[in-house]
Amino acid sequence: MAQVHSSAPPTRHALQAVARPALKSELSRQRRRSAWLFLAPMLVVLALVAAWPLARTIWFSFTDASLDDLSGAHFVGLRNYLEYVDYGDGTGEYFGLLADGEWWGAVWNTVRYTVISVAIETVLGLVFALVLNAPFPGRGLVRAAVLIPWAIPTIVSAKMWAWMMNDQFGILNDMLQSIGVIAHPIAWTASPETAIWAVIIVDVWKTTPFMALLILAGLQMVPGDIYEAAKIDGVHPVKVFWRVTLPLIRPAILVAVIFRALDALRVFDLIYVLTPNNSQTKSMSVFAQENLFQFDKFAYGSAASTFLFLVIAMITLVYIKAARLELGGGR
Amino acid sequence: MATLKLTGVRKAYGAVEVLHGIDLDIRSGEFVVFVGPSGCGKSTLLRVIAGLEDITGGTLEIDGEVVNAMSPKRRGIAMVFQSYALYPHMSVYDNMAFGLTLEKAGKAEIDRRVREAARLLQIEPYLDRLPKQLSGGQRQRVAIGRAITRDPRVFLFDEPLSNLDAALRVQTRIEIARLHEGMEGTTMIYVTHDQVEAMTLADRIVVLNKGHVEQVGSPMELYARPDNLFVAQFIGSPAMNVLPATIEATGETTRVKPQGGALVSVPVSTPTAAIRQAVHLGVRPEDLTLAPAGGDGLFRGVVTLVEKLGEVTLVYLDTGGEKPLTAKLAGDVPLERGTTIALSARPEALHLFGSDGRAIRQRMRLAA
Ligand SMILES: Nc1ncnc2c1ncn2[C@@H]1O[C@H](COP(=O)(O)OP(=O)(O)OP(=O)(O)O)[C@@H](O)[C@H]1O
Ligand SMILES: [Mg+2]
Repeated sequence: MAQVHSSAPPTRHALQAVARPALKSELSRQRRRSAWLFLAPMLVVLALVAAWPLARTIWFSFTDASLDDLSGAHFVGLRNYLEYVDYGDGTGEYFGLLADGEWWGAVWNTVRYTVISVAIETVLGLVFALVLNAPFPGRGLVRAAVLIPWAIPTIVSAKMWAWMMNDQFGILNDMLQSIGVIAHPIAWTASPETAIWAVIIVDVWKTTPFMALLILAGLQMVPGDIYEAAKIDGVHPVKVFWRVTLPLIRPAILVAVIFRALDALRVFDLIYVLTPNNSQTKSMSVFAQENLFQFDKFAYGSAASTFLFLVIAMITLVYIKAARLELGGGR
Repeated sequence: MATLKLTGVRKAYGAVEVLHGIDLDIRSGEFVVFVGPSGCGKSTLLRVIAGLEDITGGTLEIDGEVVNAMSPKRRGIAMVFQSYALYPHMSVYDNMAFGLTLEKAGKAEIDRRVREAARLLQIEPYLDRLPKQLSGGQRQRVAIGRAITRDPRVFLFDEPLSNLDAALRVQTRIEIARLHEGMEGTTMIYVTHDQVEAMTLADRIVVLNKGHVEQVGSPMELYARPDNLFVAQFIGSPAMNVLPATIEATGETTRVKPQGGALVSVPVSTPTAAIRQAVHLGVRPEDLTLAPAGGDGLFRGVVTLVEKLGEVTLVYLDTGGEKPLTAKLAGDVPLERGTTIALSARPEALHLFGSDGRAIRQRMRLAA
């Protein structure tokens, strides 16, 4: 059998082909049946809480639905996305989500926020993970303590930071002023230049522990003896990090980054609480929420939500594909 | 070309001392094997020599230079780990070349060294493979190859064969012996549990017990003239039979009466004061033979178990003492449980140990 396996793959395939109909008999049918049986409850739940709302949202994005009258919605084609209105005098104008400067501002805000905060979190998380992976007294306590920011609900930490960043009473301005870094109080969350950074700072504070923990899990999978081998080989620690540690924990980092990026692209609560009504920080989710529930443009908000879903789905697909390809090449 | 000298080497983890002052001289080009029961400190001693663990006390010299504070790399050692410790994401070639790239050796020189090691160990066909695409034995050879490419002064092996199956162990053991012959002047230190490995590979064996050196000597020395009860029972399989005994007569030869045995003369001299002292009489299972029919022999007892291993038969004999006596008889011996037999041994094959466990030395019988 081993010979067939190594030297003659065609024969093996032929064998399998012969064997398959027999295998597909009663036993495998039964297995398939019980597999579906076990999956069914989960599929039903998923259909109810994920597929159905998603389908509804997509449907509403092609209608003129309003919040008061969801059942009276009529199909309007792509009007919510893009529509050319001819004024009859040779001029005309594009309307719809794709022609909405505010929407594209929200897309830009979201992408910028995602890229910057996830990048910082990845680097900081990696540093934290490396530190937490080294043995030192009280490590268990520190590992637990590091998680505290992650454990606090976003609304609470956003409110907390909003107070700390308050331009008049905030402790942040007070501290920076007393050590002489700034001369005048800064309205961190309100001023256009600093608002996005305020959001990024809070997000980094809050989610770096999550990153650190995911990467730490990856680090702990790296066998310790290869570090001893490297020590005996006399390889410089920096080179060991780049050539041994990093390649080995790359899968963990890739997973952590995609988790965080998907989360960040959907950001809502942090921005909604920390910097309300600030066009510099308005994210795609905030834009959608405003239109859905505040401006009575339910269909328009649905279109924004659908677009957000598309963006996230595309990024995920591309990322997974790219990461896989690279992983495949590295093996 | 490296000599090693350990003087009072101690190692403690916190308050727990694991090595209690090891003194050892290792000559250049020697193959030294550390053996001892699990947890006795073999790996620790090896790691201390490698520089992976700090020395708590004493000095370690390589070629006359104290290296206590020297990094592993500068000590010029290479180590083969029990777990291979290969870099999982690097090809076999890169695994062997990785440590070399930092030394100022040029690309061509690195390539030459890697290929030479690969040829020596017959792993050339696998140079592009990853460790996980290799069998255990091949991985072990890559690990050895990685050590060879460093051209070390001292080679350290920590139970390198313990993850291999029996047949591969024998084969790799022979390869390591060949390797040592081929690398003239390279000192090798080898840790093992396996007696056969120790006996076949070693120029000298170091028997460790609870962080102490019990005895250092050539394999046959340890076998024939163990310094103490621990070494006597540790070397040889099955272990030496040890029976409580009393000295009945002293002089040029000593007459002792072992528990469950007959009075016997042992060719060692003891002072008159030793009379009636409690001692231990040791006899190896393979030194026991069936007494001729009708003879009384040294021990008489009932056979409690017979194990036939093909080339030998192991017989367990109840002599009325605390422990059964084990005898290793050549060939297939037709014995059955419950029969009463007598066993005898040549006087020269008997070992006498004092109540402190130290050997009471046999007189040199060569002249006679
Ligand atoms: N990092 C450590 N901290 C505390 N004690 C340790 C440490 N490493 C080893 N020891 C102790 O040191 C003693 C010797 O360990 P070592 O690994 O040298 O044994 P060994 O002879 O190699 O055993 P084995 O044959 O099972 O590999 C053991 O009692 C072990 O518990
Ligand atoms: Mg060990």
